[in-house]
Amino acid sequence: MCSGGLCKKVPYMKSKRTKSPSAATPLPKCPTGIQGLDEITSGGLPRGRPTLVCGSAGCGKTLLAAEFLVRGAVQFDEPGVLMAFEETEKELVANVASLGFDLAGLVKKKKIVVDYVHIERSEVQETGEYDLEGLFVRLGYAIDSIGAKRVVLDTLEVLFASLPNEAMLRAELRRLFRWLKEKGVTAVITAERGRESLTRHGLEEYVSDCVILLDHRVEDQIATRHLRVVKYRGALHGTNEFPFLIGEEGISVLPITSLALNHEVSTERIATGIPRLDAMLGGRGFFRGSSILLTGTSGTGKTIIAANFAQAAARRGERVLFFSFEESPNQIIRNMHSIGLRLEPLVKRGLLRFHSQRPSLYGLEMHLATMFKEVAAFKPQVVIVDPITSLMDLGTSSEGKGMVTRLIDYLKAVQVTSLFSSLTPGGQAPQQSEAIMSSLMDAWLLLQDFEGNGERNRVLYVLKARGMAHSNQVREFLISDHGIDVVDAYIGASGVLTGSARAAQNALEKAALLTNQQEAARLEREVERKRAALERQISGLRSEYETEALELRRIAEQVGTSTLMLTNERAASGRLRQADANVAAGTRSKSRQGRKTQ
Amino acid sequence: MKPKLKKQPPLAPRKRRPVKLWQLRLYVMDQTARSVAAFTNLKKICETHLKGRYRITVIDLVKHPQLAKGDQILAIPTVVRKLPHPVRTIIGTLSETEHVLVGLDLRVGA
Repeated sequence: MCSGGLCKKVPYMKSKRTKSPSAATPLPKCPTGIQGLDEITSGGLPRGRPTLVCGSAGCGKTLLAAEFLVRGAVQFDEPGVLMAFEETEKELVANVASLGFDLAGLVKKKKIVVDYVHIERSEVQETGEYDLEGLFVRLGYAIDSIGAKRVVLDTLEVLFASLPNEAMLRAELRRLFRWLKEKGVTAVITAERGRESLTRHGLEEYVSDCVILLDHRVEDQIATRHLRVVKYRGALHGTNEFPFLIGEEGISVLPITSLALNHEVSTERIATGIPRLDAMLGGRGFFRGSSILLTGTSGTGKTIIAANFAQAAARRGERVLFFSFEESPNQIIRNMHSIGLRLEPLVKRGLLRFHSQRPSLYGLEMHLATMFKEVAAFKPQVVIVDPITSLMDLGTSSEGKGMVTRLIDYLKAVQVTSLFSSLTPGGQAPQQSEAIMSSLMDAWLLLQDFEGNGERNRVLYVLKARGMAHSNQVREFLISDHGIDVVDAYIGASGVLTGSARAAQNALEKAALLTNQQEAARLEREVERKRAALERQISGLRSEYETEALELRRIAEQVGTSTLMLTNERAASGRLRQADANVAAGTRSKSRQGRKTQ
Repeated sequence: MKPKLKKQPPLAPRKRRPVKLWQLRLYVMDQTARSVAAFTNLKKICETHLKGRYRITVIDLVKHPQLAKGDQILAIPTVVRKLPHPVRTIIGTLSETEHVLVGLDLRVGA
């Protein structure tokens, strides 16, 4: 697998190589170091075998190949040979310098050899038989001179244009790939995309271990590059098309599906900067590292709530990165100043950083790359994207979702709390438009306008908040000179009342209370009056009784007196008829005695 | 031999016609049948058309692989006409004399 001479020159490589037993392990891989590509190919390109990278013009074949070499030399200590058929060494150095690769320096350090192969058909006369031994010699010499482990042939197909003898060329190419395998170098061969086949000259016929297809498509005037592993003999690989971008730090492939859902989670809670809102979220605000969606139609105060959140975080001493896609930093600072948020000192202290860009400046992928870069550079604890919808409009909805997924995954992986504001088009159910995003979000605040009584009033409620008890109430919030004030909306039989209707209802209730109090007092007085009347009646009756009683007593006395007088009169007349009276008295007493003696 | 071959001072271009000496390089790999055939053919053509005013340098890339880069050698065998200017390249065993003459730009003079 590995030629002796090479391994002697790089002894540590040999030990690494021999460590992996070729029989037991599925396939030794050669990490490319290219962000994301190693994830898709689960480890890299097949070690010691050629890989074909094909794609149409301008899709980044040469850059991919060059990055493979440079990262190999820098990160994995594997020197490499770049055999260029199209570009001169100078051009290549300049081209990859834009990706931050110091190719010239690596050439000087003997980490990379660049060999520019140029053959002009018009200058070459062909007569008789020949083969491409010269190419082999050059490549072999270059490989041996630095002990190269990696080889890039960019773009071999140029030979088809330069050399008229195609039969010979094909035989020689077949030999070349076999020779590369014998040499034990991991090779990347680039080729133009063909109309019907993968490559214009059918190179895939010779390179059958691994084929990577690059593609540059324009959809809705926005170009996106895609990468797909068409074939990878003897290994599992991601089969999807993955968008990739060429940024200032090289190529990054963004494998949506390969990011595992295994973020660290925090139970720490962070305040929103609006105490009443915190109270609605179980009293303590959002979880650190969660993703928060803030939706609402225009003018509902999304940016204000976001700015509040930013200010609260920055005041705690956290770094906040504010991506604004609609307003310039100065505009935000001025506008927020009007409601009492002073962001400028926080910006000056380096706690708050604005990053303003027009969404149409470049495509979705580039925006994503820029955001990744900003986050990596600033290392914020809180990221605010205002609004995410203007970014998502750049691509199709699946691309947009893919982008948000990647962004959230990335931010969660580094424990950054993210707040995304989202503009809902008017006249649509607010839940509808963000349906694609909602499943990605941990918390969702909904801001709404209530129109009525000739005014618009803002309300907010917590639509969802994963992992915390949260209020189910609709709250009205007022924006004043001193910030946001969340108040209870009136919820009654007639629905939710806000603004002046709420005030009117309050007045109505106050009036009703007053009436009730008055009524109670009146009833109290009535009782008192009744009691007094009763008392009066009682005293009347009593006096009547007393008068009557007096009269009756007087009559009784009179009757008594007259009885006495009568008795006395009888006694007097009796005395007048005394005898009779005595006799009568004596007989009555004798009869009584007689009965006693018997 | 190696360093001298790498850099040749260009001849004065104004006197193109009377070329004093043709410098030809034949790149080969080892003593293969093709190499030998190419050398024989080249020698024959030069003897016919450039008698006395040519010099053939045979470069064996097995011994000097580093020389392949300088003259952009891919195919073996290859003849490079270093002088007179401009540089001309012919690949193959030089079996078709007509083609070689065209390639070396010898037909005009002949």
